[in-house]
Amino acid sequence: AMDTDLSSQDRKDLDKFIKFFALKTVQVIVQARLGEKICTRSSSSPTGSDWFNLAIKDIPEVTHEAKKALAGQLPAVGRSMCVEISLKTSEGDSMELEIWCLEMNEKCDKEIKVSYTVYNRLSLLLKSLLAITRVTPAYRLSRKQGHEYVILYRIYFGEVQLSGLGEGFQTVRVGTVGTPVGTITLSCAYRINLAFMSTRQFERTPPIMGIIIDHFVDRPYPSSSPMHPCNYRAGEDNGAVYPSVEDSQEVCTTSFSTSPPSQCVFTVTKAHFQTPPPVVTDTLKVPVMGLAFSHQLSSSRLSYQPAALGVGSADMGYPVLFAGGLNAAHPHQLIGPGKEGGVPPVPSQPAHGTQADQERMCTPLEGVHYSAATPSSSEDTETVSNSSDGKCGSPHDLLETIFIRKVGAFVNKPINQVTMANLDIPFAMFASKNVELEDNDPMVNPPESPETESPLHGSLHSEGSSGSSTGNTHDDFVMVDFKPAFSKDDILPMDLGTFYREFQNPPQLSSLSIDIGAQSMAEDLDSLPEKLAVHEKNVKEFDAFVETLQ
Amino acid sequence: VPFSSRCCGPSSAGPAMNCRAEVLEVSVEGRQVEEAMLAVLHTVLLHRSTGKFHYKKEGTYSIGTVGTQDVDCDFIDFAYVRVSSEELDRALRKAVGEFKDALRSSGSDGMGQISLEFYQKKKSRWPFSDECIPWELWTIKVNVVNLANEQERQICREKVGEKLCEKIINIVEVMNRHEYLPKMPTQSEVDNVFDTSLKDVQPYLYKISYQITDSLGTSVTTTMRRLIKDTLAL
Repeated sequence: AMDTDLSSQDRKDLDKFIKFFALKTVQVIVQARLGEKICTRSSSSPTGSDWFNLAIKDIPEVTHEAKKALAGQLPAVGRSMCVEISLKTSEGDSMELEIWCLEMNEKCDKEIKVSYTVYNRLSLLLKSLLAITRVTPAYRLSRKQGHEYVILYRIYFGEVQLSGLGEGFQTVRVGTVGTPVGTITLSCAYRINLAFMSTRQFERTPPIMGIIIDHFVDRPYPSSSPMHPCNYRAGEDNGAVYPSVEDSQEVCTTSFSTSPPSQCVFTVTKAHFQTPPPVVTDTLKVPVMGLAFSHQLSSSRLSYQPAALGVGSADMGYPVLFAGGLNAAHPHQLIGPGKEGGVPPVPSQPAHGTQADQERMCTPLEGVHYSAATPSSSEDTETVSNSSDGKCGSPHDLLETIFIRKVGAFVNKPINQVTMANLDIPFAMFASKNVELEDNDPMVNPPESPETESPLHGSLHSEGSSGSSTGNTHDDFVMVDFKPAFSKDDILPMDLGTFYREFQNPPQLSSLSIDIGAQSMAEDLDSLPEKLAVHEKNVKEFDAFVETLQ
Repeated sequence: VPFSSRCCGPSSAGPAMNCRAEVLEVSVEGRQVEEAMLAVLHTVLLHRSTGKFHYKKEGTYSIGTVGTQDVDCDFIDFAYVRVSSEELDRALRKAVGEFKDALRSSGSDGMGQISLEFYQKKKSRWPFSDECIPWELWTIKVNVVNLANEQERQICREKVGEKLCEKIINIVEVMNRHEYLPKMPTQSEVDNVFDTSLKDVQPYLYKISYQITDSLGTSVTTTMRRLIKDTLAL
């Protein structure tokens, strides 16, 4: 008869597997968004530290963040580990791109062998994760990060929060592994309405306003949109459901037995132990812990050059919604979303729920910690701790930030027209720079249709894309009106744009006009039979030529 | 293009052993064939390779470590992960190269398929030779398209990249079903289940084959000549 209860050794092993699986999952995801190609070596002799028989490097900061988020607990029903990937532009706007969720559901597979089948299937799941992390849209975005934007990650533990992904987000399942205590599920929910901007030609009518509105709706309270409908409280029924997971440096040397299958021998040797940290077993404390998490969560920059981005410490972190928090202190909204009043005043009480709704939580700005995670982990640049300020930089910093806007391509108004009254549209780099004031807003005043449709209608500064009627990769935006790059019409009476418009439609070549064309065509046709005869004589040469082409 | 899977009937091995078959279809430009095939084959083999087994006394064994690396495609807006094994990569490139050459020299149609089959060896007594019993068969149907200009090629780069993303997701779905896998073998049986010839990784025993669909049956030159004559017969 099958022993249905999990032996204590199996239970310990399973917990350990799940813990290290969670840590490796985070490593794979974060490393896949660093913007570089990953390469690890195969080794025929087991080194003893390669969990799941896969060579996955451990970036120390990432492990640290993951352990902090988990705080000695394991993914369980209703308590998922989530890795949120977001994009932050050089102007300080940020947007969530993906949420990777490691979840546990209640479906148990009592008969599965922990030390053998579960372990191997977790290994397979990690391989699937390696593959899937390269096929979601954020991968290509992350490979191009550095100048215009960076990719950030955030790890949280608790209820899954998908509301920041906008409407119509898609989900891809990486895989599941059944265990005697539940089924582990790994999936990714990703935003789709920004994806096309970096990977495709920019279309003429993208839902730009839709994106902005999407992103800046009131964030719902954390409990309102979980991935699973029920909020499972495990506490009393199963006794000590969340034992502490020993925080030890464990070496995993797995041995498997082949004979006979029912006697699996699994040995895990431990290199050395550390004293386990205090145990968190009381699930009723979880909401409080959740709030505490929110203050500790760090947004880590990946491959980030501080010099390239914004100004001042106020630029770091959560610029848009931080400014919302300043509403209380400053009546003038400094940086707002595209529509007035899109950001509600921050509630004085933190939102209920275990979930860290980070942008809100961070307004009190205690213990907010930003750290840079670079692959070399050689420096900890830009560690901005705002706790000393007690507020988000100073309003003065933010004012300065606005005025020091760079006047780059496609901006044709002098800098002093950029005032506090201007509504700065986030992700402006993805939007038409002309849509800044309401009277230029195409939604309000539809533009006149441009005179001609030309292949250069998009950016003249096109980055290597072929001549289609739309823009290019980073500098994509909708050209409502034709304003060429690097041209200012207050300098010369005739600027590049005017020149281009005038000479856009040269007269037709005479050889293409019908009369002359018809005449020469008739001549050509008459001479054809002769030419054919000549070619037929030389057919062998042509055949030989074609052969060389193959 | 649908992604289908079905199970073959029982083989001659005695108790019914299903060979599941998965079919993927892609339409690519000629110069994209190699990269697209390698992407799919490497993704499958990533999931079907383990570290090297080291058998110890008492019938236990330990498993080596599999490294992975990112590969960027030159002709497709796409990247994939493969096992870090130069031997394996060479073997796949050789097979895919032959397939590509066969496609090119076949005719202007450009249709063919390449198959990756995982099998187990069943030793038979003399005078019978060993049986190869397939347990998983991946078939990639390829349709080669010809494009007229650079703009179309650019679009093709992106579209094929997106299609390959879908294929990777499909492959991972199949892998996640946790269907039949050969039992972990004893030391004496390991060569009937795994390819132990590589020095750094150990894929399941596999073989790659291909066939070219050549409906025209005529060489390129005669077709072209006929075309030119026909169109200019004024």
